[in-house]
Amino acid sequence: MTAVQQQIEVAPTGVKVAAGSPAVAVEHLGKRYGRGPAVLEDVSLSVAPGEFVCLIGASGCGKSTLLSLLAGLDAPTAGSVAVAGGRAALMFQEPALLPWLTAGGNVELALRLRGVPRSERRAEAADLLRLVRLDGAAGLRPHQLSGGMRQRVALARALAQRSQVLLMDEPFAALDAITRDVLHEELARVWRETGVSVVFVTHNVHEAVRLGQRVVLMSSRPGRIIREWDVAPEGPRGIDALDVAAVAGEITDELRAEIRRHAR
Amino acid sequence: MPADASTGPSAGRSGAAGAAGSARAAGLAPVTAAEPAADGALDTLERGLDQLTTVEQARRPVWRRVASHVLPPVLAVGLIVLIWQILVWAKVKPRYTLPSPGDVWSALAEQWHDGTLQRAAWLSVSRGLLGFLVAVAIGIPLGLLVARVGPLRAALRPLLSGLQTLPSVAWVPAAIVWFALSPATIYFVVLMGAVPSIAVGTISGIDQIPPIYHRVGRVLGARGLRSAWHIVLPAALPACLGGLKQGWAFAWRSLMAAELIAQSPRLGTGLGQLLETGRDLSDISLVFGMIIAILLVGVAIDQLLFSPLERSVLRRRGLLAG
Repeated sequence: MTAVQQQIEVAPTGVKVAAGSPAVAVEHLGKRYGRGPAVLEDVSLSVAPGEFVCLIGASGCGKSTLLSLLAGLDAPTAGSVAVAGGRAALMFQEPALLPWLTAGGNVELALRLRGVPRSERRAEAADLLRLVRLDGAAGLRPHQLSGGMRQRVALARALAQRSQVLLMDEPFAALDAITRDVLHEELARVWRETGVSVVFVTHNVHEAVRLGQRVVLMSSRPGRIIREWDVAPEGPRGIDALDVAAVAGEITDELRAEIRRHAR
Repeated sequence: MPADASTGPSAGRSGAAGAAGSARAAGLAPVTAAEPAADGALDTLERGLDQLTTVEQARRPVWRRVASHVLPPVLAVGLIVLIWQILVWAKVKPRYTLPSPGDVWSALAEQWHDGTLQRAAWLSVSRGLLGFLVAVAIGIPLGLLVARVGPLRAALRPLLSGLQTLPSVAWVPAAIVWFALSPATIYFVVLMGAVPSIAVGTISGIDQIPPIYHRVGRVLGARGLRSAWHIVLPAALPACLGGLKQGWAFAWRSLMAAELIAQSPRLGTGLGQLLETGRDLSDISLVFGMIIAILLVGVAIDQLLFSPLERSVLRRRGLLAG
């Protein structure tokens, strides 16, 4: 097995689309704030339904901006964004649980805002918490939970939106290594069980290679897609899988080359 | 259930998963918990982590909390009364300008026995609370509007801050001209005292909301009134409570000022009017007694209503130790 199974140059839109319409379709997307420099320039990306894509890049590559645009929190200045089902769920680097609600209450609020009737909310919230293995924690408040547990509640809350697309903005960056490891496996399992499409932003190459079926490398200032790797068609792998290190090494080299371009 | 969950869909998704797994095992890579067979291991690993990383907060027993909160202020009051009595014994002022604690106590007892004190206190407290509730009903929506609507904010924010510093006694003459000596006069003065303070408290509460909560609200699909109800108001609540507390203080002060100035049979006898009666009769013990009664009511409402509310809100959010 070769380390990198397949390489694609900057993919024109539509190349990666599986049968049916894509879960995420970004075409010639551009974003600048006011008269400032372009944050994103001519970004085209297509995510197939159920696909797990990791976006990687150095600081200033506009990864988070891209997620904001996908989540509809911000409007593009050029090009177009389309998300299957109209709305994407978004998980932040911080769990961002609402501290006045319990863990169950946070999930139930997402259900309520989705229009789930009151009688069904409690049971559905319990199911979602069970999915992230927090069945006993529904009545606990966010401050009573550890960082990893909070992110799992945030994951359950994001899943409660029942969007076809789950956007994740460095969700595990603030966690300790062991917890992050466990959450990688947890996320992989949830992804398999739910079939949701994931766009996962990170600056950790190992994380990207471990989780993603496809890794997309972005340049910085302006953010553009410069290269893609199909790393694991079968989906997330264990962190110690042999080829993770090899692919990660190759992507890291590319990332460093991109960062060096900015040296003066 | 977990085993089924990890084998079924993943096998359906890709037949390569099993092959990749065995390749990994052959390559001497440690088998990780992502393997279907090790799902139980991941489960226990995760539960162990959860146990290790959650902190159990023990609360102190009730009697100790009461002792630590009640004893110090009681001692302080006792000390002040003692100093007062020493000053009386030392005759720093003639008895008709500085009554002894005992004189004041008997003046209060006299008012209590014929029921005047209770009636006056009830009248004032009910006026104060009613005025305060109306002020809350006006102040919070006003604060919400001013905080969230740009042009309103630019126009009204400085005005509200200004009104907050204006002593509401200044409204009494105008209120008497407009409403004559009626309860409307008193309520007007109370509202002018409390509404700006509650509105400003609400505005600063909303301004202090971490931006992430607004983003969460938008991602979850809360907009407009739903966002106000589910995100903005609860997020602003702790700071809002400070505004409410201050609003009550302003309402109570304004009420006493209005009662002192506006004397009329139509207005009945509240604590402020009783204080004014004491002055008319040159009954310095009654004057002192009423000052203490007004103070006690203010402290009681604060300690029995606002402090427990504030503490419970803060504790639920993990913002309070113990």
